[in-house]
Amino acid sequence: MVIGLEHYLALAAVLFTIGVFGIFLNRKNMIVILMSIELMLLAVNINFVAFSVFIGDLAGQVFTMFILTVAAAEAAIGLAILVTFFRNKGSIAVEDISDLRG
Amino acid sequence: MEFIAVFAPFVGFLITGLFGKQLGNTAVKLMTCAAMFMAAGASIYLFYEVNLQGNPYTTIIATWLESGTLKVDWALRIDQLTVVMMCVINIVSTCVHVYSVGYMSHDDHQSRFMSFLNLFTFAMLMLVTANNLLQLFFGWEGVGLASYLLIGFWHHKHSANAAAQKAFVVNRVGDLTLGLGMMATFAVFGSIDFDIIFAEASKYADTDFVLFGQHIHAMTAICLLLFIGSIGKSAQIGLHTWLPDAMEGPTPVSALIHAATMVTAGVFLLARLSPLFEYAPEIRVLVTVTGTATAFIAATIGMTQFDIKRVIAYSTMSQLGYMFFALGVSAYSAAIFHLMTHAFFKALLFLSAGSVIHALSDEQDMRNMGGLWKKIPFTYIMMWTGALALAGIPPFAGFYSKDIVMEAAYAAGTWSGQFAFWMSLAAVFMTSFYSWRLIILTFHGKPRASKEVMDHVHESPAVMLVPLFVLAMGAVFAGAFFYEPFVGGEKAHAEAIHASAEAGAPHETTRVKIEHDVEAPVIEEEGNEIVWSRQDFWGDSILVLEENDSLQFAHSAPEWVKFSPLVVGLLGIMMAYLIYMTQPGVPEKVKRTFPVLHALSFNKWYFDEMYEFLFVRRAFGLGRLFTLGDRKIIDRFGPDGGATISRATAGMFSRFQTGFIYQYAFVMMIAVISLLSWFVFRAEGGG
Repeated sequence: MVIGLEHYLALAAVLFTIGVFGIFLNRKNMIVILMSIELMLLAVNINFVAFSVFIGDLAGQVFTMFILTVAAAEAAIGLAILVTFFRNKGSIAVEDISDLRG
Repeated sequence: MEFIAVFAPFVGFLITGLFGKQLGNTAVKLMTCAAMFMAAGASIYLFYEVNLQGNPYTTIIATWLESGTLKVDWALRIDQLTVVMMCVINIVSTCVHVYSVGYMSHDDHQSRFMSFLNLFTFAMLMLVTANNLLQLFFGWEGVGLASYLLIGFWHHKHSANAAAQKAFVVNRVGDLTLGLGMMATFAVFGSIDFDIIFAEASKYADTDFVLFGQHIHAMTAICLLLFIGSIGKSAQIGLHTWLPDAMEGPTPVSALIHAATMVTAGVFLLARLSPLFEYAPEIRVLVTVTGTATAFIAATIGMTQFDIKRVIAYSTMSQLGYMFFALGVSAYSAAIFHLMTHAFFKALLFLSAGSVIHALSDEQDMRNMGGLWKKIPFTYIMMWTGALALAGIPPFAGFYSKDIVMEAAYAAGTWSGQFAFWMSLAAVFMTSFYSWRLIILTFHGKPRASKEVMDHVHESPAVMLVPLFVLAMGAVFAGAFFYEPFVGGEKAHAEAIHASAEAGAPHETTRVKIEHDVEAPVIEEEGNEIVWSRQDFWGDSILVLEENDSLQFAHSAPEWVKFSPLVVGLLGIMMAYLIYMTQPGVPEKVKRTFPVLHALSFNKWYFDEMYEFLFVRRAFGLGRLFTLGDRKIIDRFGPDGGATISRATAGMFSRFQTGFIYQYAFVMMIAVISLLSWFVFRAEGGG
């Protein structure tokens, strides 16, 4: 079986969906939400690389490198916020965080 | 010169009012007093130039407003009547200013007080120098404002605030009709300028105007409205209730309100408008009766009050009644004469009372006084001087002015004049009775104040005693000195005229106006006696129709008319002496024998209670009704309603904000999916 573009896209779609569901089905842990976001970004990256190879244009892979850098920075900041948040509230359970309720 | 006399107090008020804090108390006191001294000096100079030389003039400053045929100027009308008023106002006010420097020396806000005094004086000066009704109204309201500020000067006292508001509101009632009178004047004359009105008054003597289908005699209507206006300011019966309450202000204010400014405004207004009132005989009867009733009722109330300042306040009201019935019988110059002497001796009485209150550490109740005369002898003598002048004992000023007023009433030959004479004779008795009751209760007998207070009793400082002395000079000499120019007149003629009048001769011959050149001195030699003519003294500032000239006959009134006030006054003094010095138990007995009469007098004839019942409660009821309307209808559907609706809507929407991130994310996702699907389906459908 030749692994073609479709397979990569399907994988990316599955990963993306898992990420999305990870965000709103998860009730326990904020870290899981961060991981889900990373998962979605990875899915997008896979798409980028797949299309880059398929079209034969290297720019897509260059962008992937940028996205990875940004994602790393974002994860660092996200985790830092999370640590401070935990110090203030004593919990990072998603169910407990509803300060924005009107 | 007239600018200094009028505007010096205003400049003083502006500077000390705006920069009082920066200047400091001493500078403020110096400036306000200096302004008053300048004004007083200028008005005395004007007295020489205008009254003695006979050169009245009007200075136009600027046009105030011009609308259609209505044209109003800012102008200073400097004629004889104005200058007499200016002298009285400025001299008494200067004394009060100097006195206040001592009296208020312990007060925290004395610079504010001094600048308000200046404002008060300025407003009164604007009133008397007005050349039209609107400028007069400006001064009239300015006086009302300044009195409000000064009566409520001790604003931390609830009673002072209430009194200030009462004075303001009661005065508004009179001001309303004054305003209406002004409009009626414009409607009839087409002008509110004094020169024009006075010149044309005789033309409109029989004019009617139609209102609501009724024909109304124009002069009567105008004069009625203006008269009611003056009732409010001059505290005549009906609108007098603010006057005794005005005692809540510091004593110098009471002296100023009661002597030189404010209450004399009504008397001045009527004298100024004599050319109109001469053509409204019915209203003059009303003026006479009102004045008489005021004189009598106020005197009865004065006999039973215990607050030293209230006794003097009711005495003021009573004396204003005298002035009003003098106006009513066309003896305008006699009214102004009494106004002047009254200004001196009433300011003297008030400031002496202030000196007593000062000595007794702010005690005002006469039941807690007594036995003071050895400790404060100067104040004691001053109080005697004022009381003698008030009771009309010769040679004090009150004797001359009160006598001429009563003689004029008697000689007017009308039923109202007779009524005024007999009632005021009774009031004379009561006046001297309550004056000596005041003196004896305050200065004689055993001290009733506590020992600490008595040990502390001291004579006031010189800065308070000198003004008293100046006023005492006025109270002693003003009457004898100004009798001839103010109200005297052709004595020789008067005898002859009266004889001819009794013989049935027509009145047209009664008035003999002395012809004189402009350059000629007014003082005319007749034999060895210098006779001033009051017509020359007053010039054209007061108009009396020949047939109404009661003063003309006053000088030839029967001898018993001339002596009866003196006799009755002495009787009153003796009575007070007998009762309060020798028989201290008598007042209590009288009180028990005539409980109704005592209650009537002690409770001020229940005027306050009546007004409380008739107006105040009604007004409160109306106020509550409107509150209800405001709260339940306007607020409910207006601002409150809007606020409630927006709050409810916001509450509804805020329920969407659960605060849970996963829900937001879910909603976002749904939205993205929907948008995408819509986009895709549209692309396929359209494609």
